[in-house]
Amino acid sequence: MTLLSVDNLAVQYGSSQALFGVSFDVAPGEVVALMGRNGMGKTTTIHAICRMVPAMSGRLSFDGQDLLRLPSFRAARLGLGLVPEGRRCFAPLTVEENLIASARPGHWDLSRIAQLFPRLEERRDQKAASLSGGEQQMLAIARALMTNPRLLLLDEATEGLAPVVRQEIWAAIATLKRDSGLAIVVVDKALKELNKIADRAVIIERGKSVWTGAPGDLTADLADRYLGV
Amino acid sequence: MTRESYINAGLTFLLVLVPFWAWSTGQAYILTLCTKVAILALAGVGLNIALGLGGLVSFGHAAFFGIGGYAMGILASHAQTFDPIMDWPILIEGTKSMPVIWLVAVVASSLAALLIGALSLRTSGVYFIMITLAFGQMLYYFTIGWPAYGGEDGLSIYVRNSFPGLNTLVPVQFLILSYVVLGLALLFSARLARAPFGLALTAARQNADRVETVGIAPYRLRLVAFVISGSITGLAGALFADLNRFISPTMFSWHTSGEIMIFVILGGVGRLYGPVAGAALFILLEHLLGGVSEYWKIFLGALLLAVVLFARGGLIGTLAGREVAHG
Repeated sequence: MTLLSVDNLAVQYGSSQALFGVSFDVAPGEVVALMGRNGMGKTTTIHAICRMVPAMSGRLSFDGQDLLRLPSFRAARLGLGLVPEGRRCFAPLTVEENLIASARPGHWDLSRIAQLFPRLEERRDQKAASLSGGEQQMLAIARALMTNPRLLLLDEATEGLAPVVRQEIWAAIATLKRDSGLAIVVVDKALKELNKIADRAVIIERGKSVWTGAPGDLTADLADRYLGV
Repeated sequence: MTRESYINAGLTFLLVLVPFWAWSTGQAYILTLCTKVAILALAGVGLNIALGLGGLVSFGHAAFFGIGGYAMGILASHAQTFDPIMDWPILIEGTKSMPVIWLVAVVASSLAALLIGALSLRTSGVYFIMITLAFGQMLYYFTIGWPAYGGEDGLSIYVRNSFPGLNTLVPVQFLILSYVVLGLALLFSARLARAPFGLALTAARQNADRVETVGIAPYRLRLVAFVISGSITGLAGALFADLNRFISPTMFSWHTSGEIMIFVILGGVGRLYGPVAGAALFILLEHLLGGVSEYWKIFLGALLLAVVLFARGGLIGTLAGREVAHG
């Protein structure tokens, strides 16, 4: 059974094409890592799934429903929880206000968020704009969880954070995988952490998905060719 | 309590103290001025939901103010001539009952806001300002050419409408009624700003794409806000008509839209008590400077410039500081 199905997706920004054919599936409860060097189309893929950029061709379905027919907010309501690159919280609102502004009923509520991210609980009345980068990242994840999604999309969730904060975020993602059975698509550059957590990896190279497999099967040769590590 | 809530409490105290003093010394004129402040502030509370919370610069709120006013005028004029509004297919008679008039004013202005909002919210920025302005002016010219209710000359209602249990002709009783309505609107507005709806509206004002990715449609959010906003301003229009016992197309004119916007900007955009402070200051200036010169609005213009240039948070924002803005 597949929850999200991306089939030969192509996307164009104005006159320049960014995606030429990305295909992969996500099953319920599965963690899929999107890998690839900078500028290869990982974020564009995430944006296309969330219907923030129009797709030129290909198919995109979530839980059997055609996403390409839906506006962005409808796609989100079906159960897509985006944690955007660069955090992007609602700056004028407090932590708690950020969480309740878009909350939808379900498993995740304020008390479960407080368990997952105790630091947010300590800062609940503070404005999002005044949080540290790591705390803003936690808030962005928590805000997405409060919409009670079935698929969480994490775009560069640990980028630009201090190592110790990164570990906190990875630990939280691991907890999510273990305890909630949430399907997760994660874009990140930290190979070691992705290897530990991802069930499957998809490598995107120049707007195409070129390799799919278990992260353990990713040979040094492949990593060198596509990821530059 | 934040500094802003102390300021709000102080303003409330002043707004109660002044009429109390006027009442005990028998100055009916001051009571009427205070009633006017409350009603104009109510119109501003309505606009502040669209402008302050939603960031929607509506230059056409006079449309709702006028619709509220004409709802009162039409219902009351038919009641005073005992001439039914229509007798076929169903008999609809006029009424002098404020609760009924208010209900009609709120429903009519919400429907107008739904229609105007549905069309104008497809645009933004300068186009939104122009379209809302155009709708207001359309209604203005429509009422000028509507002889049944006075056309350009407007229409007088001889006796103020009634409210169960009160004698609204006694200035202090009508004042209390207006204060209660304003108080309820402020309470509603404060709760709205803190409810998920208001928070999402604030978030959408800052970045509409961001709220869309969490499953909220900014257009609908803004449309609902615009309807709530228009209906409160419409209620203010009905009360204002009752205060003056007179309606005229002026209620629809862009000057009225501008004045409601001035209350909000003078007092503080997005601040709960912004419209109250703004309307009070406006009436105070009109009262004090109006005696000096009939061109008192020159001074108002200078003050508005000073506020926009040097005190962006308006009166409340300057006193309370930046951090505690509720919107």
